[in-house]
Amino acid sequence: MRINVDLALCQNYGQCVFAAPDVFDLDDAGELVYQASAEETARADVEAAAMACPVQAITIEG
Amino acid sequence: MSTPPARRIVVVGGSLGGLRVTEALLAGGWDGEVVVLSAEPHVPYTRPPLSKAALADGPDLATLAFKQRPEAARAEWRFGSRAVAADLAARTVTLADGGTLAYDGLVAATGVRPRRLPARIDHSAGAGHVVRTIEDCRALHAELRPGARVVVIGAGFIGCEVAATATGLGCHVTVVAVDESPMLVPLGRAVGDAVRARHERAGVAFRLGVSVASVSGTRGAYSVALSDGTSVKGDVLVQCVGSAPCVEWLEGNGLDLTDGVVTDNRLRLGGGTGAVAVGDVARFPNPLFDDVPRRIEHWQTPLETARRAAATLLADLAGTEADPVPFTPLPSFWSDQYDLRLQSFGVPGLADRTEVLEGDLEGQAVVGYFRGEQLVGALLLGLPRRAAAVRKHLLASLTDPAATYAA
Ligand SMILES: Cc1cc2nc3c(=O)[nH]c(=O)nc-3n(C[C@H](O)[C@H](O)[C@H](O)COP(=O)(O)OP(=O)(O)OC[C@H]3O[C@@H](n4cnc5c(N)ncnc54)[C@H](O)[C@@H]3O)c2cc1C
Ligand code: SF4
Repeated sequence: MRINVDLALCQNYGQCVFAAPDVFDLDDAGELVYQASAEETARADVEAAAMACPVQAITIEG
Repeated sequence: MSTPPARRIVVVGGSLGGLRVTEALLAGGWDGEVVVLSAEPHVPYTRPPLSKAALADGPDLATLAFKQRPEAARAEWRFGSRAVAADLAARTVTLADGGTLAYDGLVAATGVRPRRLPARIDHSAGAGHVVRTIEDCRALHAELRPGARVVVIGAGFIGCEVAATATGLGCHVTVVAVDESPMLVPLGRAVGDAVRARHERAGVAFRLGVSVASVSGTRGAYSVALSDGTSVKGDVLVQCVGSAPCVEWLEGNGLDLTDGVVTDNRLRLGGGTGAVAVGDVARFPNPLFDDVPRRIEHWQTPLETARRAAATLLADLAGTEADPVPFTPLPSFWSDQYDLRLQSFGVPGLADRTEVLEGDLEGQAVVGYFRGEQLVGALLLGLPRRAAAVRKHLLASLTDPAATYAA
């Protein structure tokens, strides 16, 4: 599963971090950092993160 | 396990809550029909930008519309279709056009509508704007021209956001409210005053602690008379005086409909089977805090309630046990005013005491909200990078009161 975040849209709301902390994080400057791919076992969390994102910046492929 | 054919779930309300519950029902294995009744004429879209970026730039449905999971397309979406009644015993919904629709399962996802000034206040027919739908946003946007005098009635989140956006567009804004401080009820005096100071620096004038006695005039020449005998004049009037849950269609079923529809912790209407509620309209108890049913008007609530309500309804319709684990979502909310981001976790409105846990209110801060000794909410003023840690701490202390705060 590949994960893409449109950083032009992302407002660093952090909602994805609460939904899938293994994949998304905010760094010390408050900017989003994330893993571009994740195991199948994380799918439910990553889908929840995509839905929780207020600006729909997260897309999942595969 | 297979479900007998032609069974039907009717979802009333087709916005965020209606969409997410439809997706969850279909992803959760429902192989009967799902019919979504949506009073609005278009696909579901996101509302928070309507008082922020979309109000500044003019709203565009294509940008605001939700991305939908593929499952959602299997539902039958009826746009512009309003439910006027439901009979929970007979399991039927009556539509505005007089038709009825039988169901096996029902979801109430009808949200809230904006309140207007009470009728006892003398005001010209339909005076001014409200902000709830894309049409509302478009109409207000068209009037927010540089130099326009804008009177915002109400100093809650939406009133404050509209004031900030209008100021950013070069309008002269006056905020009028009965409360002594902006966002007083949800966030308390200290934070309200700190936010007020930022608005004032940006040029917003406040008339607080006064109520509206009357509104006269029309577009371009309003005069708002206040309880202290003074008045405020404006070209544009915006009413941001709170919201009222859309529950009239549920009357006659013996449900508690004071301020939303009361559900059990599994989101069942009145605790009975076959009908659940999601989103802004649902008043459910959350054992993280106590056993008092409350509505939570936050964007994340429709998501969390939809997932749980769908699971409850599917279990009830299959005749299996509903998930025994209590439903304990941690409410979370954000608000953007100028370049200031407020992020709230928990229910700060329950607190009897606040404490600045980190930083200071003039700059960036983490504010703790306590009911007695118990931390019940936390607010971040312009500190988004602390959000995850603060949220985690709040959750820990709600489940283990011995947890202490570490900055
Ligand atoms: C201007 C604005 C700014 C906001 N900003 C934020 C923010 O910054 N952060 C945040 O967390 N939250 C914010 N919110 C709150 C958030 O948008 C709501 O919590 C969310 O929209 C609730 O979704 P819902 O589906 O429960 O209800 P709603 O979005 O109210 O949807 C209910 C739908 O049901 C329809 N309906 C009603 N009655 C009937 C009927 N009888 N038959 C058929 N359909 C019916 C309505 O027309 C509506 O389409 C904001 C809201 C507004 C209006
Ligand atoms: S939820 Fe969306 S906006 Fe927020 S940090 Fe994650 S990707 Fe960015």
